[in-house]
Amino acid sequence: MHSRTIRRWSVIHTWSSLVCTLFLLMLALTGLPLIFHHELEHLLGEAPQLRELPADSPRLDLQQLVEAAERARPHEVVQYLGWEADEPNGVVTIMAATAGTEPNSSHTFMLDARSGEAVAMPAANGGFMMLMLRLHVDMFAGLPGKLLLALMGILFVLAIISGVVLYAPFMRRLPFAAVRRDKSTRLRWLDLHNLIGIVTLTWALVVGVTGVISATADLLIEAWRNDTLAAMVAPYRNAPPLTQRAPASDLLQIASQAAPGMQADFIAFPGTRFSSAHHYAVFMVGSTHLTAHLWTPVLIDAQTLAVTAVGTRPWYMDALAMSQPLHFGDYGGRPMQILWAVLDVLTIIVLGSGLYLWWVRRRAPRAALRDEVVA
Amino acid sequence: MRQATFALPTVLALLGAAGLFAALLGDGWWDALAWLGLGLPAVLGVWPLWPRRG
Repeated sequence: MHSRTIRRWSVIHTWSSLVCTLFLLMLALTGLPLIFHHELEHLLGEAPQLRELPADSPRLDLQQLVEAAERARPHEVVQYLGWEADEPNGVVTIMAATAGTEPNSSHTFMLDARSGEAVAMPAANGGFMMLMLRLHVDMFAGLPGKLLLALMGILFVLAIISGVVLYAPFMRRLPFAAVRRDKSTRLRWLDLHNLIGIVTLTWALVVGVTGVISATADLLIEAWRNDTLAAMVAPYRNAPPLTQRAPASDLLQIASQAAPGMQADFIAFPGTRFSSAHHYAVFMVGSTHLTAHLWTPVLIDAQTLAVTAVGTRPWYMDALAMSQPLHFGDYGGRPMQILWAVLDVLTIIVLGSGLYLWWVRRRAPRAALRDEVVA
Repeated sequence: MRQATFALPTVLALLGAAGLFAALLGDGWWDALAWLGLGLPAVLGVWPLWPRRG
């Protein structure tokens, strides 16, 4: 590689990483506890604990659960009901002052599907895990915060790509995984930076790109509302406001008839951002490993309970849905979580060593630097 | 030797990618492939940081 080309890539690598490093360090540090959020919630006693009931206890229907929710929080309305694989007797319930209230002002708890008892989910509403999550997602700055982090993610990807380009001239004369321990501290950390950087490459790229996609979730959901959802509810554009809502009791049966072979993941109530003002939207997922992440909405007229549309999925919503497991690493069992944590810590070391290398390099004379790239 | 420089990193990158997507497709052997694909980079990254004598 021409030395001028190397210098150009070096400038790209230096500045793309310098600008994003502090944000990336924050993301890597807050992401670490988030990998184990389920386990930590149990440890902190913040996981919802349902009462022991006989295995054959009858279950309430959905409308009875909605009424139980409204009794638990009398001045609020139900926005979403959702299901979790590891608590089959519980229904995650999200309520807020109005259906359209923004997500961060909502309250999340669990309803016992057998008794209708409301069980607190403290981690979903505040505390340490929520602090980590909010710092990780938007730094408490809403959409501008998410978009800033998306931009930092793009710079991170640029830093990775330019790092790979620079790997060639730096490692040309060295065997793979060589670390020159007997030379200067700087050379030792340069070799470590290159080695750890190159082996964690795929993982860092995937987590970086899926992070950028997740950070733009608000925009993707808005796009979905404007094209797919708007087309599905077009006949209701001039309909009078909904006054009488049919009971939610049979929504699951209706939805599974409309989307055979799929299961309900969550129900969006009329007026929320995942539904229209006139519909219950039941979001169904497939039963294979892969399709379990992909949503197909079934729109049900909230007055007549007629199925008015079974949604097709635009590609960008699939991309958003697939980004979740690939970003959080929660899809391959406990060993996967541990590997995720190790790779996260290794990324912190790459970021830290990069900062160190930049710092000592600034002060070193140019001639000494030429030794780094073995000509 | 440019090719040799990137030979092993390419193998590792492809195994890592296979691992990342394998666990999306199923359990059992699919998970095992994922642990191998991401385990290799993890071990290779941690190994040189391990304090050693001499």
